[in-house]
Amino acid sequence: MSFLDLKNVTKIYPNGTKAVHETSLSVDEGEFMVFVGPSGCGKSTLLRMVAGLEDITEGDINLDGKLMNEVDPSERDVAMVFQNYALYPHMNVYNNLAYGLKNRGIDKQTIEQKVNDAAKLLQISDYLQRKPSMLSGGQRQRVAMGRAIVRNPKIFLFDEPLSNLDAKLRIQMRLEIKKLQQKVGVTSIFVTHDQVEAMTLADRLAVINNGIIEQLGTPIEIYDNPKSLFVAGFIGSPQMNFLDGNLKNKTLSAEGFEIKDINSDHEGEVTLGIRPEHLSQTENGLINLKVDLVEQLGSDNLVYGQLKDKKDFCYRCPGNQTIEKNSNLSLNIDNNKYYIFDKSTGKRVN
Amino acid sequence: MKFKPLQIIAHIILILGVLLMVVPIWISFASSSHDSVTILTEGMKFHIGDQLARNYNEVLNEKGGWSEEVTAAKMFINSFIMALGIATLKVVISAMSAYALVYYRFKLAVPIFWLIFITLLVPLEVRIFPSYKIVSDLGLTNSYTGLILPLVASATATFFFRQFYKTIPDELLESAKLDGANAWSFFIDFLVPLSKTMIAAMFIFMFVYGYSQYLWPLIMTTAEEYWTVVMGMKIIYTESYEGVALPRTAERFAYIILSMIPPVLVVVFLQKWFIKGLIQTEK
Repeated sequence: MSFLDLKNVTKIYPNGTKAVHETSLSVDEGEFMVFVGPSGCGKSTLLRMVAGLEDITEGDINLDGKLMNEVDPSERDVAMVFQNYALYPHMNVYNNLAYGLKNRGIDKQTIEQKVNDAAKLLQISDYLQRKPSMLSGGQRQRVAMGRAIVRNPKIFLFDEPLSNLDAKLRIQMRLEIKKLQQKVGVTSIFVTHDQVEAMTLADRLAVINNGIIEQLGTPIEIYDNPKSLFVAGFIGSPQMNFLDGNLKNKTLSAEGFEIKDINSDHEGEVTLGIRPEHLSQTENGLINLKVDLVEQLGSDNLVYGQLKDKKDFCYRCPGNQTIEKNSNLSLNIDNNKYYIFDKSTGKRVN
Repeated sequence: MKFKPLQIIAHIILILGVLLMVVPIWISFASSSHDSVTILTEGMKFHIGDQLARNYNEVLNEKGGWSEEVTAAKMFINSFIMALGIATLKVVISAMSAYALVYYRFKLAVPIFWLIFITLLVPLEVRIFPSYKIVSDLGLTNSYTGLILPLVASATATFFFRQFYKTIPDELLESAKLDGANAWSFFIDFLVPLSKTMIAAMFIFMFVYGYSQYLWPLIMTTAEEYWTVVMGMKIIYTESYEGVALPRTAERFAYIILSMIPPVLVVVFLQKWFIKGLIQTEK
């Protein structure tokens, strides 16, 4: 049994909504697990069930070898960082950090020691006497983290903690969270709807959709090998291009081109997925793109345009290439890096 | 500094308002420092007279009533105890019942809340006989408990606390739970400090309410040692002196001025808190 074990966990709300379907998952000690999915997919509910803030309708949650289903959140030894931080507004930073320790009946000296250590780690020692209302967004974020760290819990739970920060700070805090987690080595679960956050933070990633884990794996596994249309579309930025096609006798025919010798015996209507970065310009390529718009990011250019059948398409090329608006590009798919999904089920078939 | 005509008018209205509030109190105070004879012959006074100490001393310490044993000082103490008891218990009970209504999501929470709210339609004056019957059956007539207890439930305060608690984000409770807080410590460590200003405001209102009670103490008390200030006010006005004695007008004014002091003190003392809470917007 691993450190955290979810077995057929199901959540049905009193109004009948099924938020989480029989979900099984194990997280190893020290692992950084990220739940990613669109809003309303059940990722937060799953996290809150681990925390004990939501009842489990069916299934078991084991943490460190103990069944947690009926254990009160205060007894679970988990710490959570909330989206709005949920700092205690009437307490100063020191007391925010110390509150959980006080409730455990730890003596004053030890508390002071622990709070000061955590404050030093997070570089918030200077603000210990301030109230949360006197802190900036990034500082509040650190205090929220400090409150989690100081208790030295079995598991950290993060519920979209970065979504209230501005873009620059978000990237900085993302990095710090990752560093901190590696330093402290505590098992963590991080919930986000941002796939870049998910990719950068995770040791392993669970892509969740409609209350089901669509795919579980390392970020690179999921990026390289999406098992369903949903995962393929969700992971990767800019989004993967999807084209309709038909698969027959190992040959895929799409609007305007064909791909032969496909490694699949599937037949019928399919969706072809190609990542914008898995294309390169060539003469007489498979795909003809009429350029509408070029976004120059410096390191990369994102080229948006249309195919013959007016379908939107995106191509990502190095920033040093100049591409004219309204020009026509001829593109080839790199190294057979394309994905074919059954159109009706969304499952990967190649 | 130049004033626009509109500002001048506004200030005149404000000054008139202030005068309307202050002048009667000043007249009462000034009149309380004269001799009763002077007031009876010359009318109420605007300036301070020379009988201030004598009048106030007399009011506070003279024994009155039928038994000639109760003093105004004793009545002030009684009123203070009653108002303090009512205000404290009202605030505590309302805050706790609002806590139960908001945070314990049992099925009957809403009907119970409305039941509490409906009691607003049944003030003490309406249910005074049943209330008296209960208190007297419990043997609580002529006691502080009897004076205070029937008045401690408050739908208004419960309502205000409920509305306030509802604005506190759920994450705070969840976060506190994960930090090991139980139901009691969440109330004490979070809701009470967060609703400081609310508590101060409620305490002021309820203190004044308790202090100005008339009918209930009148019915409840037969022993003079439990008389309250408001009852005393009636007595001091109707007190008759056999034959030649003049009405003691000056002492009456002194009594009125004294009776205003405790509520004013409560307001002044708690206002500090009140404003402090308003300045520190904690979010």
